[in-house]
Amino acid sequence: MTETVTLGKALNHGLRRALENDPKVLIMGEDVGKLGGVFRITDGLQKDFGENRVIDTPLAESGIIGTAIGLAIRGYRPVCEIQFDGFVFPAFDQIVSQVSKMHYRSLGKVRLPIVIRIPFGGGIGAVEHHSESPEAYFSHTPGLKVVSCSNPSDAYHMIQQSIVSDDPVVFFEPKRRYWEKGPVDLAGTPDLPLHTARVVQEGTDATVVAYGPMVRTALEAAQAAAEDGRRIEVIDLRTLSPLDLGPVHESVRKTGRCVVVHEAPGNLGLGAEVAARVTEECFYSLEAPVLRVTGFDVPYPAARVEEEYLPDLDRVLDAVDRSFGW
Amino acid sequence: MANGESEVGADAPAGGFVQLLTPDGERVDSVTTDGGVTYSVDFTDDEYRELYRDLVTVRRLDAEATALQRQGELGIWASLLGQEAAQVGSGRALRPQDMAFPTYREHGVLYTRGIDPIMPFGLFRGVDQGGWDPNEFKFNTYTIVIGAQTLHATGYAMGVTMDGKTGNPDGEAVIAYFGDGATSQGDVNEAFVWSGVFNAPIVFFCQNNQYAISEPLERQTRIPLYRRADGYGFPGVRIDGNDVLASYAVTRAALDHARNGEGPTLIEAYTYRMGAHTSSDDPTRYRIASEVESWKAKDPISRLRTFLAKQQLADDTFFAEVDETARTVALDLRERVLAMPDPQPVTMFDNVYPEGSPELDAQRAAFARYQASFEGSAH
Ligand SMILES: Cc1ncc(C[n+]2csc(CCOP(=O)(O)OP(=O)(O)O)c2C)c(N)n1
Ligand SMILES: [Mg+2]
Repeated sequence: MTETVTLGKALNHGLRRALENDPKVLIMGEDVGKLGGVFRITDGLQKDFGENRVIDTPLAESGIIGTAIGLAIRGYRPVCEIQFDGFVFPAFDQIVSQVSKMHYRSLGKVRLPIVIRIPFGGGIGAVEHHSESPEAYFSHTPGLKVVSCSNPSDAYHMIQQSIVSDDPVVFFEPKRRYWEKGPVDLAGTPDLPLHTARVVQEGTDATVVAYGPMVRTALEAAQAAAEDGRRIEVIDLRTLSPLDLGPVHESVRKTGRCVVVHEAPGNLGLGAEVAARVTEECFYSLEAPVLRVTGFDVPYPAARVEEEYLPDLDRVLDAVDRSFGW
Repeated sequence: MANGESEVGADAPAGGFVQLLTPDGERVDSVTTDGGVTYSVDFTDDEYRELYRDLVTVRRLDAEATALQRQGELGIWASLLGQEAAQVGSGRALRPQDMAFPTYREHGVLYTRGIDPIMPFGLFRGVDQGGWDPNEFKFNTYTIVIGAQTLHATGYAMGVTMDGKTGNPDGEAVIAYFGDGATSQGDVNEAFVWSGVFNAPIVFFCQNNQYAISEPLERQTRIPLYRRADGYGFPGVRIDGNDVLASYAVTRAALDHARNGEGPTLIEAYTYRMGAHTSSDDPTRYRIASEVESWKAKDPISRLRTFLAKQQLADDTFFAEVDETARTVALDLRERVLAMPDPQPVTMFDNVYPEGSPELDAQRAAFARYQASFEGSAH
């Protein structure tokens, strides 16, 4: 039963299945109940599963994550929604000092199977704090796992895999892609384990690595490059911590060129880690340094200039050109 | 605080509130609370008329902004519809030396500070993120992260005390605005603790508009919000937030209390968000039309108009002139919003640091070169 659904709806289906499969799964967050979340990702779930399982919380992010920890100790599997990327920071302490460390602290006796869903990234014309890409903070924190989906099918499966996982997972949703459609096999099982990367477009001439909202941008760049006779291989990282760079290394050994793309500022972003590791692993195969196409090292700017801030097809192609020109 | 007959209007929530002008436009001379504080106003005829003008003008400006958003000229708009009295009353109660810390909805307070109403429109249009100097206007930048500004206001108020600017009738006071939802945030509760401990000259002005986006008040509290103050050790007062006179009188008294060095007050302005949370919201998903209807009967503007007419302080000529003047101000705002230029993309590199960064300078230069590479091409 493959259906064509939006990425947002795929998440909704995935959450519904998780609620059906395990009575311990809870959804909690601001406006997730009657409203169905500001992006409608939890639409209809409170109606069908009740107010005890789909919980409109007080307006307090530290409270959302802090109480999720207690619920998890008590045997529940909370799926927490943070309304926007920029509002995760009141919960940062609970995530970084508690969620990430509980298993370590308790010598493995306490598991916190918490999923923290965060709509992230820009491109929706929003005001401050609604367009940020904070994934590196969490990827930098040992004890947290961090993933990001890029298409409806992965969204559907990865959210369920994250909920089933006993590790705490920070789940980044590409908010500007919520309305993009793709096929999802609602009865199917995932074709890949959660913490694996995927080659989404095969190519021989250069490797472009992306995740979340930038995968689509990378694919568009690959298509444009194909018109000029360049075959670009596009890899969707999917998992940001731990990274799964095996497919990237394999690809770079073949292509000799690598460009990493993300919306977050470049300085100490995921791209830096990927570049370092590709350099270590594929040094003798590289024809050019690993290049990065990222947001600039400035606070996310006003909406009317975000198009220039965000990496786009042209900037990706420009980097590919520079790689070839090395 | 339920004593004094006039205090509990027919429309008051359990526990009562301070009301000096009923929804029917009846004046209440004064209200004395359980705490023994008496509130009243002593306005001249002109002052009553000017309050009315303020209310009408801020509502008209708000309607213009809503229209601009619908026409695609603003990215988003957070309407104050229904909250005019809470904002105009408390805003007019401020003295010039007082400092205000708004959320993203205090356009009415901004207006009463004598600030050009266009000031926050860059933010809502998406051409900047505020961009004004809080110290110049005694009005902080809009704060979007819920509750954060209450701590900023507390710190500012601590500074007022350190500077020796309290303890006399000409001292300075600070007001922090926030919503009912915000009262759940750790930051707001920390602000209560800090301001209590340091006896900060601050008024916490909570506009309880009954909703935090879709969530009703019961998701944030078990007791009326004004009673929270008890636990932090300072007075809490609930007012009819749709009564501009109560808003003025109670805020004025609380500010004077603060400037005299007597510490913080929490004011809960009991009101209602008549519109959507913002232009992105669809309130039909979570509240019923009859609820909105019932609040229409408590409209903050019509009660003052009824009062002015009944007391023969104003006639139809006056009301028509106020509407017409408000319309002119709104159309002027519209024109100037439409004329706001888009920023040059390279300006996104400005103002990251007061002392600059050579690395960022290099990034900016590379960006400028990259942009220039498209010039002349069909791009
Ligand atoms: C820390 C944080 N979390 C979530 C949000 C998203 N958000 C914006 S306004 C709002 C509701 C605020 O309700 P309230 O405090 O009652 O103020 P109102 O909007 O009703 O004036 C929420 C949840 C935010 N801006 N900041
Ligand atoms: Mg509210």
